[in-house]
Amino acid sequence: MSHFQLDSAIQDSVRMDAPIQKGPMMRWQRKALESGVRTLSLSDAVNDSRGLSPRRPKSANPLTMKLTPNKKTPNTPTSARPSKTPSKTPTSKFRLRGKTPNKNTPTSKPGAQGASDRFIPNRTTTEMDISHYRLLNNEENEDPLSPNKIEYQRKLDENVGEQNAKILSFKQKAPQAKEGHISSLKVLYSAAKTTAPKSTSTRFIPQQAERVLDAPELLNDYYLNLLHWSANNHLVVALGGAVYIWDASDGSISQLFEIENQDEYVSSVQWIKEGNILAVGISTGAVQLWDVGAQKLVRTMTGHAARVGSLAWNAYILSSGCRSGAIHHHDVRVANHHIGTLANHSQEVCGLAWSPDGRHLGSGGNDNLVNIWGATMQESASPIHTFTQHLAAVKALSWCPWQPSLLATGGGTADRCINFWNITTGSMLASTDTNSQVCSIVWNKDYKELLSGHGFSQNQLTIWKYPSMVRVAELTGHSARVLSLALSPDGTTVASAAADETIRLWKCFAVDKTKKSVCGKVKDSGHMGKAMLMRGSIR
Amino acid sequence: MAASTCQKNAITLKGSTETVSEFFMYGINSILYQRGIYPPETFTRVQKYGLTVLMSTDEKLKVYLQQVLKQVKDWLLDTTLQKLVIVIKSLDTNEVMERWQFNVECDKTVKTDSKPREKSEKEIQKEIMGVIRQITASVTFLPLLETACVFDILAYTDKDQDVPETWGEAGPHFIANSQEVRLRSFTTTIHKVDAMVAYRNDD
Repeated sequence: MSHFQLDSAIQDSVRMDAPIQKGPMMRWQRKALESGVRTLSLSDAVNDSRGLSPRRPKSANPLTMKLTPNKKTPNTPTSARPSKTPSKTPTSKFRLRGKTPNKNTPTSKPGAQGASDRFIPNRTTTEMDISHYRLLNNEENEDPLSPNKIEYQRKLDENVGEQNAKILSFKQKAPQAKEGHISSLKVLYSAAKTTAPKSTSTRFIPQQAERVLDAPELLNDYYLNLLHWSANNHLVVALGGAVYIWDASDGSISQLFEIENQDEYVSSVQWIKEGNILAVGISTGAVQLWDVGAQKLVRTMTGHAARVGSLAWNAYILSSGCRSGAIHHHDVRVANHHIGTLANHSQEVCGLAWSPDGRHLGSGGNDNLVNIWGATMQESASPIHTFTQHLAAVKALSWCPWQPSLLATGGGTADRCINFWNITTGSMLASTDTNSQVCSIVWNKDYKELLSGHGFSQNQLTIWKYPSMVRVAELTGHSARVLSLALSPDGTTVASAAADETIRLWKCFAVDKTKKSVCGKVKDSGHMGKAMLMRGSIR
Repeated sequence: MAASTCQKNAITLKGSTETVSEFFMYGINSILYQRGIYPPETFTRVQKYGLTVLMSTDEKLKVYLQQVLKQVKDWLLDTTLQKLVIVIKSLDTNEVMERWQFNVECDKTVKTDSKPREKSEKEIQKEIMGVIRQITASVTFLPLLETACVFDILAYTDKDQDVPETWGEAGPHFIANSQEVRLRSFTTTIHKVDAMVAYRNDD
């Protein structure tokens, strides 16, 4: 039988000209019905059931569908519950007006199915607000738990559900770590990161060292100052127990002296401003003065209890910093040389520098302090300022040559910062994280730049623009940490001594070409004249 | 001879408690060193479990750990300890950065005077060595602690236990959006210790 039914259904559906007898009414008809507009009906079949009078669709619609959240019986028809305003509460039942062609017809009239191959939703009758609300607010108790929720529930039980346990903690809390301590891992992991911005400089800076000098037995000790360049263009370096002088003008090397005792070594060297006298600190605590021209020991000054790791000249005053933390002032002219002691460091003094105007002495120690002292030479003096911001030993101390109250200091591995201080006000002006141990800082007046020597991980020399502190260049080449820097008297070349037992000379502050041409015009005029003459002769 | 070896392999509740609390001592010290909670110079090398373990020399810290572990030992002996958690918090924000959890499963049937169990000390030591090694190796995957941190020790005990005077109830200190890594476990046949570390997942 069923194939006959199908046959007639096909017959019905292919007859396009006849009015539609079965199946859902046309969309426009439904629309018209719902909106209550009276239209001239084309199909009796439609109007027969509804009548001709305009009706309110809500009351007229006999079929009210209740879509209960219980999804097993979605199509159960219930008695009509006329409610004119669709309630927004979640408990209100979802009602569908009008026939839903696809859902309704198949069950009631399976034979009349053929024509409706599409589901056309009736938007005016669907209560969009409520369905939307329903979709978003699934009532949990009736929904089966999604895998996500099961997992969540499991976690919740695991953690919160542990009601059979008491969580106790010791009332007295663990002692805190020392202030300012930095995890060594942080130091290690962040060493390669360069955070400081890089500047766009048009200046040419050679990336290769101009010259590499061998420095065997150079002590790999951060706390010593073993390199200095004199006004006479002599570069002095202490290699173990011996002191060598390299004449930068002709490249000749001479040994000044060597300590006989194998256990002793030179711990610091410093030229007097004039460049003829060299002060040498010895591991025994003695400070020697050498006349380099005569290659003669002029004087030995004792008084320190331990090695002298830092020296600084201020005219005839020599200041020496000791491992004991004491700083002694020596008046090198008089027999009773020891004229003052500065005691505020508790550990080795590794950085010492007089300001260019000779009014202040800056000292940095292994106790992470930077002290600023006045030039008064009385006993038991106290520092003008004490800066505690560094988190590691402060070896790099350098006064700005064009701004006498500006001091730059650089900290060791755990600190890695270059800090700038205004010593008249005692305030920190700026701080830059270099991400590497700072061993030394050298200022350059021409370009208003400074050069800092670093350790792990790049072992580089970094040129910074002051005061913006953007990186101008990085000079790499050393294979171990840089220990000391020295600036040539003409200010164009920097010597760096590193733990790889080399001294490299970097011509990083070479004078600008445009400037050179201006000042070099007079010199070159003779040459130029010759060229002009030649040209003239050719013509 | 036979008697002495037999004695060596026997595990009593008391001995097991000793072993576990000793493990906690070395484990906590290891964590504190490896995670850089205290300066590395305050630690000294000690040979233990066939490994070099770093132990704090900070007197205050040592006293603190001893006090905590003394109580933990009591709980282990009562077999009422469920978990020991080392919480690493940021000093500034008090935010939990890491959570080292040691789940302890106690065999409640064992009493102080019950018959000793059989397990060789060597085997236990080997298992503990595995855990300590993993703590050391965890540095490679744990995120770097950028800020200064402090640690706290939480103990989960049975509900019916009295709270000692020096201890107070605390929250569980969970980490929101955490990543968890299970570490090895060891057992003395009386106490089974499962190690786990949870850390902040900042992606």
